[in-house]
Amino acid sequence: MKLAKVVKHVVATQKHPLYKGLKTFMVKPLKLDGTPDGSTFVAIDRVQAGIGDTVLLLQEGSSARCIMDNKKMPARSMIVGIVDHVEIEE
Amino acid sequence: MIPGKVIGRVVPAHKVESLKGVKFLIVDPIDEEKEPLGKPIVVCDAIGANVGEYVFIAQGTEATFPLPEAFNPSDMTIIAIIDEVTS
Repeated sequence: MKLAKVVKHVVATQKHPLYKGLKTFMVKPLKLDGTPDGSTFVAIDRVQAGIGDTVLLLQEGSSARCIMDNKKMPARSMIVGIVDHVEIEE
Repeated sequence: MIPGKVIGRVVPAHKVESLKGVKFLIVDPIDEEKEPLGKPIVVCDAIGANVGEYVFIAQGTEATFPLPEAFNPSDMTIIAIIDEVTS
């Protein structure tokens, strides 16, 4: 899992039937110091996240299918937690 | 899932049997401001996207699920057309 920032809301009407009713966001992966790490991508929201939130991002197909409880769900990236704060010990 | 803009079509002369009827498009991935990154990729289309539209793409194993033939060799497939990106 990765830390990421929610940057934009993605609105799509014409989509795969299994995406019906799901909220999608554009997220930007973060380094531990809060700077961006890599390019933006689309993720499904499972925790009612909002724009500007730092979130916990799952990037693995079979776990995503488990969460959706559907073997044919074509999804990989999912927001599975909202980060309150991060503590790093030296 | 990667967001991108459809910039062209690919018409193959021959393709494997399991990709029969599948449309191939060229997609340039975009950033959060909808600016193309300039690294185009060829993807399968499962939704009916056209040139000029913004879409997002499923990668890997997940890319095989939306296509008509269950057992197919796709690694990137368009699964949604983006209407708008709002902040």
